[in-house]
Amino acid sequence: MTEEPLVRWDWIARNWANGGPTAISALLENHVVMAFLPVLFGLVVALPLGLACVRWRWLYQPTVALMNVTYSLPSLVLFSIFLSITGLTRSTVVIPLTFFALAVLIPAVVDGLASVPDPVRQSAVAMGFRPVRRLLRVELPVAVPVVLAGLRVATVSSISLVSVGALIGQGGLGNLFIDGWQRQFYTPIVVGIVLIVVLAVLADGLLVLAQRLLTPWSRARRTA
Amino acid sequence: MITFEDVTKRYRDGTVAVDDLSMEVPTGAITVFVGPSGCGKTTSLRMINRMIDATSGRITLDGQDVREIDPATLRRGIGYVIQQAGLFPHRKIVDNVATVPYLLGWNKKKARARAMELLELVGLDPGLARRYPFQLSGGQQQRVGVARALAADPPVLLMDEPFSAVDPIVRASLQDELLRLQSELRKTIVFVTHDIDEAVKLGDTVAVLRVGGRLAQMAGPATLLTEPADDFVREFLGRDRGIRRLSFISAKEVRLSPAPSDLETDENGGPLGWRTADGLAAYGTFNPETDSLRVALDAALLSPNGTAVAVDEEGRVRGVAGRDAIDELLAEYAPPAAGPARGGASGSGGGSSSGAGDSEGAPA
Repeated sequence: MTEEPLVRWDWIARNWANGGPTAISALLENHVVMAFLPVLFGLVVALPLGLACVRWRWLYQPTVALMNVTYSLPSLVLFSIFLSITGLTRSTVVIPLTFFALAVLIPAVVDGLASVPDPVRQSAVAMGFRPVRRLLRVELPVAVPVVLAGLRVATVSSISLVSVGALIGQGGLGNLFIDGWQRQFYTPIVVGIVLIVVLAVLADGLLVLAQRLLTPWSRARRTA
Repeated sequence: MITFEDVTKRYRDGTVAVDDLSMEVPTGAITVFVGPSGCGKTTSLRMINRMIDATSGRITLDGQDVREIDPATLRRGIGYVIQQAGLFPHRKIVDNVATVPYLLGWNKKKARARAMELLELVGLDPGLARRYPFQLSGGQQQRVGVARALAADPPVLLMDEPFSAVDPIVRASLQDELLRLQSELRKTIVFVTHDIDEAVKLGDTVAVLRVGGRLAQMAGPATLLTEPADDFVREFLGRDRGIRRLSFISAKEVRLSPAPSDLETDENGGPLGWRTADGLAAYGTFNPETDSLRVALDAALLSPNGTAVAVDEEGRVRGVAGRDAIDELLAEYAPPAAGPARGGASGSGGGSSSGAGDSEGAPA
């Protein structure tokens, strides 16, 4: 048996965009979509839910407990539960990952709103803001840094978790791992790992950039 | 005018924050609510703009019950300065100041122009307008807080311990600044503090509240110092009331004598010192036009011969006042003897005026 090199560049070249569903570029695209949809859905659900938890304090503990239980379940278990409902589709991966994102994002929204200093909230009331406007113009904007920090965690973990979906054939770049293991062929595995890491770093970098643009006022402020 | 009529605030757990408070807050003057923590001073303040609603009684603003006014509308017409400024961290200084004009629907250009005027009014460099709050010092932030409260030119200004989070030197300058502003603007200001010195310095009227939300005494600062209503007020005022009261007596009436020959002056007529065998000795000055009797007395105490040097605005010697001259004025302003109104205060309420003060000075 000849020594198998760690990376066969010709394999990458042949499989980057061969037009089929297993092309690396197609898997990459799949991966991006399946990683970002849960974060997007998570944010859309976490915002009102987080607001509700702030408005009705008693909601917060049960909600967080429920989300943490979900979070503690191995993703594989969740996948198999949803497999029986949604079958071998993307939803079977996206729905559990949405729950994972929620487990991070709901506390982030709640903590974000709690991070609004009391004098700021009170002076908004005293200036004559009505509740909705106060939320939209003062409280949510001031909560942005904390929410974005949660969003970074949710995004990166979502990018890495998508690969587990490979077990049901919906794992984006994770499919490369299965392919590699089955054939004792390292190149797809290396390609998968590298692309996932690059994707995670890139997404995180974009969010940091977004934070800089959105909240120029928060730099060096936290210690004050 | 703001009127409290039998106002009580009782919380659900039974705590009474404000107990049957009745008072009138005069228009165009500074009224200070002062007292220890738990005396309901902040609660009383916040009932004016309905951040807290009274349990019973009513508060009227120019005759109208504040409860009949929509809270947000009411608040936009009342300036509010909070402890630690409470600036919006995500908004530039200019937009922080323009907050209420924006809420009132002014266009951006007009609101910002107004904000710039106000920054100047409170003595801030217009270059700060584009900065964010975190880039400003505590004292600067507090000035922005005052500017923001004044932006829509409200007739009433509520100030909730606005200067308590800054260091003493900055606090003193902010206090002076407020007095200067007030001499121009003549707002109706309600100012809350736990610092009696601040209350006495700023207040045209001082309302002393005691724990449990009861009004202990409401009076002008000079009256408060000489005639505290009871032991609580006297203790709260602290020591040196007699000396502190001198701050409210103008030095204008001090009898001046011509400067004696042993007072050395420079070519402009400014004092250099008292000539003695060992050279020039220290001296103290006061400006009879602007300073108080306290400053004059202080100046006298600073000179080895007990003579205060009176100077004019340019610092030129106008004359001198010996301790005898100061004493004449002190006698003239001695507190009233044995006022009939103060019966309750365990013996010391009566008695000869200076005697009561002396026994009071001893530690209890």
